[in-house]
Amino acid sequence: MTTVTVKPATLAQALTRAMRDAMADDPAVHVLGEDVGTLGGVFRVTDGLAKEFGQDRCTDTPLAEAGILGTAVGMAMYGLRPVVEMQFDAFAYPAFEQLVSHVSRMRNRTRGRMPLPITVRIPYGGGIGGVEHHSDSSEAYYMATPGLHVVTPATVADAYGLLRRSIASDDPVVFLEPKRLYWSKDAWNPEQPTEVAPLGRAVVRRPGTSATLITYGPSLPVCLEAAEAARAEGWDLEVVDLRSLVPFDDETVCAAVRRTGRAVVVHESTGFGGPGGEIAARITERCFHHLEAPVLRVAGFDIPYPPPMLERHHLPGVDRILDAVARLQWEAGS
Amino acid sequence: MTVLEQRGAYRPSPPPAWQPRTDPAPLLPDAEPYRVLGTESAAGTDPGLLLRLYAQLVRGRRYNTQATALTKQGRLAVYPSSTGQEACQIGAALALEERDWLFPSYRDTLAVIARGVDPVEALTLLRGDWHSGYDPCAHRVAPLSTPLATQLPHAVGLAHAARLKGDDVVALAMVGDGGTSEGDFHEALNFAAVWQAPVVFLVQNNGFAISVPLAKQTAAPSLAHKAVGYGMPGRLVDGNDAAAVHQVLGEAVRHARAGGGPTLVEAVTYRLDAHTNADDATRYREDAEVAAWRAHDPVELLERELTARGLLDEAGIEAARKDAETMAASLRERMNRDPEPDPMALFDHVYAENTAQLREQRALLRAELEAEREPSGGPGEEPGAREGGAR
Ligand SMILES: Cc1ncc(C[n+]2csc(CCOP(=O)(O)OP(=O)(O)O)c2C)c(N)n1
Repeated sequence: MTTVTVKPATLAQALTRAMRDAMADDPAVHVLGEDVGTLGGVFRVTDGLAKEFGQDRCTDTPLAEAGILGTAVGMAMYGLRPVVEMQFDAFAYPAFEQLVSHVSRMRNRTRGRMPLPITVRIPYGGGIGGVEHHSDSSEAYYMATPGLHVVTPATVADAYGLLRRSIASDDPVVFLEPKRLYWSKDAWNPEQPTEVAPLGRAVVRRPGTSATLITYGPSLPVCLEAAEAARAEGWDLEVVDLRSLVPFDDETVCAAVRRTGRAVVVHESTGFGGPGGEIAARITERCFHHLEAPVLRVAGFDIPYPPPMLERHHLPGVDRILDAVARLQWEAGS
Repeated sequence: MTVLEQRGAYRPSPPPAWQPRTDPAPLLPDAEPYRVLGTESAAGTDPGLLLRLYAQLVRGRRYNTQATALTKQGRLAVYPSSTGQEACQIGAALALEERDWLFPSYRDTLAVIARGVDPVEALTLLRGDWHSGYDPCAHRVAPLSTPLATQLPHAVGLAHAARLKGDDVVALAMVGDGGTSEGDFHEALNFAAVWQAPVVFLVQNNGFAISVPLAKQTAAPSLAHKAVGYGMPGRLVDGNDAAAVHQVLGEAVRHARAGGGPTLVEAVTYRLDAHTNADDATRYREDAEVAAWRAHDPVELLERELTARGLLDEAGIEAARKDAETMAASLRERMNRDPEPDPMALFDHVYAENTAQLREQRALLRAELEAEREPSGGPGEEPGAREGGAR
């Protein structure tokens, strides 16, 4: 019997490994983007791919996001499976036209005759001290576009598993990488990437009885920390990691909310018009009779993402989550 | 008869002011970058101008080394050094009149301070206390733009508006070689040419877009060649030759001001430092290449010219260095104080008048900050926190 070593790996390394394995398994998988080849990406997530597979499979493109995604559309039309890297959240906006007008609706407009298996990897979110345009949470824009999957891992194992699933998907996936978790480590065995969750399945990261925190991506560790801190107050919090915003796992989320009767949605994207509104509405529609309190949201403020020196005031932290949890002791008429 | 066979269909009879270009030759750039320093035309350059450029170049170099040092001390979140590119930025900025506008990219802090912006305010974005530290209208300098090439259409619009109003204002729009691949670059140049807007586009071709060399960015003979297809002249200049940059930009600005329309200038230069302090340039380029460009240093080129012509001696060089040192000391001293951005300001400028939602969020943050200041009260006791927190 062979013993497998389970070594700590970073989330970024798991993503690299996922692309590497996908490229090795399927010659149709191509990686393209700014600086992905020689440099290995500004976050080094594509490190080594050009060396192993050559610049034709891992290509440094000209600096043009609309061009990168637009050419990926054509590549996918001809049978390739492009994995596109956008360098930072806010620099994906020039490609928005391609994403919304073509990538998301090609299957639909061709009555299923031309699916586009494209994975668009976008580092997103704040908390790394980035200057303007380096910290946006743009998931709500993508969620609002039918035809796109929107996926965001929060653990090393999920980074690997969900990216493999995304690349294998015959539909386009916006794969949002929480950049402040790139360097977070878990013990992980790359030889046996455990069960690879299918897209669209949420997971209970921590069971609890008093209330359910519903979160994803960069806010997961914050919620787990809040759940630990809440124990001192006598609260036993459940934490659900969505992993996939589209498709949305109503089943797991509603089962969790029914168990506890109370829910708080936590994310760093803006609250107004943000993902939390949709999630809260779905819970209310499906679990109304089980709810002991309104579904609350803890989100970023409704402001342009602040400069690094002020971002800690904007990002939902443990205290703001606990404050919301305290408000769940809601009484009718209060 | 097909549509194309109709008389005048391919080339509709133009309005009187509009002349279609029939001969692209006058628009084509020279094969070699234009140079002044070390050539005969140097003798015809105003010594006063050369000395002014020199003083600014020495300051610019010192600004870059000081700002880079400040990143190491954690005083700046990031700094994209323009060491090696001082002549482009300063030569260009000094070609503008006070009433003109500058549209800089994130690396163009030297051009920004050459317009009179306080060196500390030019670093606000990169320090991270606010997104833009200066008043764009006061200096006629747009905020440093991080999304590449997106500021170029703004420059075209502003210049067009100025002309509509009858003002003889010119806009200078700066972009990197990588930025020329973006769709916004194309749209800006096309609008500018069609509208004959008084804009000058300056491409600083410093060899790389982060790790990607020019050869992977374009297949054109030069970036200046791109001008021809839009119907505007393209000029190629040695970006390390401050006198040449100043002269070419000066001509383009005068041409635009006189109603001649836009020009695209490519300044050929080199980024001697890494992309930013966070970048590892050894991954994508050889030391020998960097060394070759160091031998063509913009500050030394001008220094050599000035000393050869007897316009500068050891004392003059020493004086320029001292002046730069004074600037650096002041920068260091002022940047070494902890800035105290007010968290409440997060809500001050989202709209002219705050929304009810933002007023609520403002109250929440105020309560949190007060609770932080007086930990005895505890967040639970703040009524504002409770009400404001309903989000
Ligand atoms: C729209 C957009 N895409 C990507 C980036 C990320 N990025 C920042 S600088 C840079 C390279 C820019 O190269 P170049 O235009 O040549 O200017 P230089 O850095 O050489 O001054 C890239 C890709 C960005 N800022 N904006």
